[in-house]
Amino acid sequence: MASLNVLVLVCLGYVALLFLVAFAADRLAATGRSTWLRSPLIYTLSLSIYCTAWTFYGAVGYAARSGLEFVTIYVGPTLVMIGWWWGLRKLVRIGRSQRVTSIADLISSRYGKSNTLAICVTILAVIGVTPYIALQLQSITLSFSIFAEADPQNSYNEIASVFWVAAGLAVFAILFGTRNLDANERHHGVVTAVAIEAVVKLIALLAVGIFVVWGIAGGVGPTMARIDASEIGQWNIDRGRWATITFLAAAAFVCLPRMFQVMVVENDDERHLRTAAWAFPLYLLLMSLFVVPIAVVGLDLMPEGSNPDLFVLTVPLSQGQQGLAMLSFLGGFSSATSMVIVAAMALSTMVSNHIVMPIWLSAQGTGASVSGDVRSVVLLARRVSIAVIMAFGYFYYRLSGGGAALAAIGLIAFAGIAQILPALVGGLFWRGATRSGALAGLTVGFVLWLYTLLLPGIGGEVMPASVMQNGLFGLSWLKPQALFGIEGLDPMVHSVMWSLSLNVAAFCVVSLFGFPSPIERLQGAQFVNVFDHSAGPRGWVGSVAQSEDLMIMSQRILGAHEAQVFFHAEAQRQGGRGHLPEPTPKFLERLERELAGSVGAATAHAMIGQIVGGSSVSVEDLLAVADESAQLLEYSSQLEAKSDELSRTARQLREANEKLTQISLQKDAFLSQVSHELRTPMTSIRAFSEILRDTEELSPDEQTRYATIIHDEALRLTRLLDDLLDLSVLENGQVNLNMDDGLLTEVLDRAISTAMTGASRQMRILRTQGDERIPVHSDLDRLTQVFINLIANARKYCDAPAPELTIRVHQIAGKVVVDMIDNGNGIPHDSRKLVFEKFARVSAERAGGAGLGLAICSEIMQRLGGDITYLNGHQGAAFRVSFPASYQLAAQ
Amino acid sequence: MTDQPEIDPGDPGQVSHPPVFLERQGYRRRRLMDAARLLPLIGAGLFAIPLLWPGTDETDAPYSLSSAITYIFGTWAGLIVLAAVFGYGARRLGRSSDIAGSEPD
Repeated sequence: MASLNVLVLVCLGYVALLFLVAFAADRLAATGRSTWLRSPLIYTLSLSIYCTAWTFYGAVGYAARSGLEFVTIYVGPTLVMIGWWWGLRKLVRIGRSQRVTSIADLISSRYGKSNTLAICVTILAVIGVTPYIALQLQSITLSFSIFAEADPQNSYNEIASVFWVAAGLAVFAILFGTRNLDANERHHGVVTAVAIEAVVKLIALLAVGIFVVWGIAGGVGPTMARIDASEIGQWNIDRGRWATITFLAAAAFVCLPRMFQVMVVENDDERHLRTAAWAFPLYLLLMSLFVVPIAVVGLDLMPEGSNPDLFVLTVPLSQGQQGLAMLSFLGGFSSATSMVIVAAMALSTMVSNHIVMPIWLSAQGTGASVSGDVRSVVLLARRVSIAVIMAFGYFYYRLSGGGAALAAIGLIAFAGIAQILPALVGGLFWRGATRSGALAGLTVGFVLWLYTLLLPGIGGEVMPASVMQNGLFGLSWLKPQALFGIEGLDPMVHSVMWSLSLNVAAFCVVSLFGFPSPIERLQGAQFVNVFDHSAGPRGWVGSVAQSEDLMIMSQRILGAHEAQVFFHAEAQRQGGRGHLPEPTPKFLERLERELAGSVGAATAHAMIGQIVGGSSVSVEDLLAVADESAQLLEYSSQLEAKSDELSRTARQLREANEKLTQISLQKDAFLSQVSHELRTPMTSIRAFSEILRDTEELSPDEQTRYATIIHDEALRLTRLLDDLLDLSVLENGQVNLNMDDGLLTEVLDRAISTAMTGASRQMRILRTQGDERIPVHSDLDRLTQVFINLIANARKYCDAPAPELTIRVHQIAGKVVVDMIDNGNGIPHDSRKLVFEKFARVSAERAGGAGLGLAICSEIMQRLGGDITYLNGHQGAAFRVSFPASYQLAAQ
Repeated sequence: MTDQPEIDPGDPGQVSHPPVFLERQGYRRRRLMDAARLLPLIGAGLFAIPLLWPGTDETDAPYSLSSAITYIFGTWAGLIVLAAVFGYGARRLGRSSDIAGSEPD
């Protein structure tokens, strides 16, 4: 009999060998010369972590109890692998293009990088997988105990051995599973070690099988006869379980975190799937080929009541085959260790990326731009997670006390993990799947699984007997194993049916009625149409100032050297010479994916978002504009408003331009008028002064006449210049008003007498003296000037044979209004608008002045706060002068 | 904004349409891929057949376990062989063209 010590030594030696292999493979991979490490064979063998100790030992026990039903555990994955063209290919492509680190990361990434979802999946995975780890510990302990029983110097301590096994596995997983931060990078060491373990367990099981068939039973024929003669020799299966477990195994094969790890995350080349599609089913076939013979022979040979789960060990031992038993033990040990290591690795990635890191980042307060090396934090988180998960497994084993309850946990774990399937498959194939839908489905499925399977199944008094008997709150339709009153189903079938169907229903209904956020829709398109394009969502908007911050952050996560290499490569790709690339959307997207390989999609997205600043919002905004017709309308109405504003501005500009042009024209016209007006008197002055100078025989009469002309013209010039000066002073607003009190009638008297002096033609002036006794407070001289101008104009231009000027005074709405109407023909309609313009003269032939009089009047009246207008509707020329009466009030 | 709009804008100026018909080799490869896609469905059907066999409580002469083993493992092996043949066939035929290329046929 092999002593326990020898067994322990063999174990340690084997583990040391695995360490060496893993170490060598890591070194080899680092040199880049390891083509066989990336071969499809290694990939296929690494998939074999599906076959845990539960299948290695348990399959025989399962067969001994229920015949061929155990095959379903392998048939499910076989169908999935053979159907790789349907789903796995897409899954692997997405995993690679999105740099997915775990199944939680994939789900979170698909549904808008939602961390809530990632946390849900992580929790589900931890709850589902921890008992599974405990199961592996149990199997190792059990196999130890078999040898211990046979050992005469029995010093075996079960508890201690479980502890040491758990600790050893944790150390292995920490050493080789967390060597580098980039969880998306291949762990060649672990994968190679797992591949070797796969070979060991296959050889071990085949060896035991061959020994049983040809060594004990005596060939294939006798074995078959023995099978038929045994107590399980007749075909008898539970059909519901057959179909359900096949489906469950298929689902778990895809959803189990450890399977996802080796199948998607560690996948080097998607073409490996083509080989694995037939090679892995072949592996499974070989693993299960001898299960029934071993079970049947074990049932024959072993004493009544011996544990069929350990036939793989006890049958060779009972035949004295120490070496074979040792090999078989190593096979079981391999199955357990490889599963535990990869599962712990996968779970620790999920826990650290989706639970620890977000908490740590938010606890830091400053977010992504913290000082210090984030890498060490992530690695530490991952290592601690591994230790904690192993501790969970250990304590779970201690608390459940091992035994049959634990053995049932394998399928229960499958059913729990399978709750991820709807969200996963829906995410891969249905663009309408939403985050809320996935969340609802997962929650419903998880709760139902917990209630109908896990709590009743794990033994103890977790689920009170009263609830089992009468349902929750005494409601019979809530009985955990007979929901809605449907009794008689196998608990497993019952639970899977209800949890998964309601999971799918919740997922679909919530998805159908919800509306995904833009980033979800974008990711959905990325995932569902991954073969059409493998680009990530764009929309980061950065500025140069942020490149440095990004660099600092990346160095903390990727490592200083790696980050510098990455940034330099990006800068070169952009064609720049510096070391810092422009933070273009493409670069940011690649950086995010690079970071996602280390800390998961959700965290990476959040970190970049913190540095680039609110871009995640602006991405959504942009998408909202592009995607939603409603938002498109809003956007276009904004545009419309903008364009309205622009056209308004343009119109104003045009108007201003027209005004300027007009003013410029007026100025030109004014200048030419002024020069013309100056020129005419200047010409006559020059002419007559020349005559006076050059003509010698001039009579004194003539001399006087010519001198008078020159004098008149000079006066006219002076007047013109005075007027111009007056006008310019008035227009510039520099005029000083000489406010004074007086009666309007006096003002009019003065104006009339001034205007009529020296006039050759007399004109009757009709006044109503009583009305005119209005006291005014104004610049009386200016006001007089206006009246003089108007009266003089009437005198000059009234063409009636007996000219008359009517002056009417009244007060309208607090204003003093003076109308002056003559009895002539008035001003032609066309010219009425022009009379107040400078140099405007109604008829050229009767030109007496420069045409500035009315313009000056208009300016004066505006200065005095009043107005002068032409009154339409009278036969003769009619002007209305109005000015505010407030001066009058103020005067009194 | 999205790379894949929900509705194809159908801009003929930008989208170069693949040829409607493939040459013989490409055609064979596509049909082989069809067969590969069909394989899991066939497999599921074959593995479901044991559900039709009567159990011990339904008949006096139930199937023997050895024949069940023969059937199941035979089916299994057959599926593996077919998967291998399809996989390699598709690779051999598709060596000239992109294996993971676009789907439409």
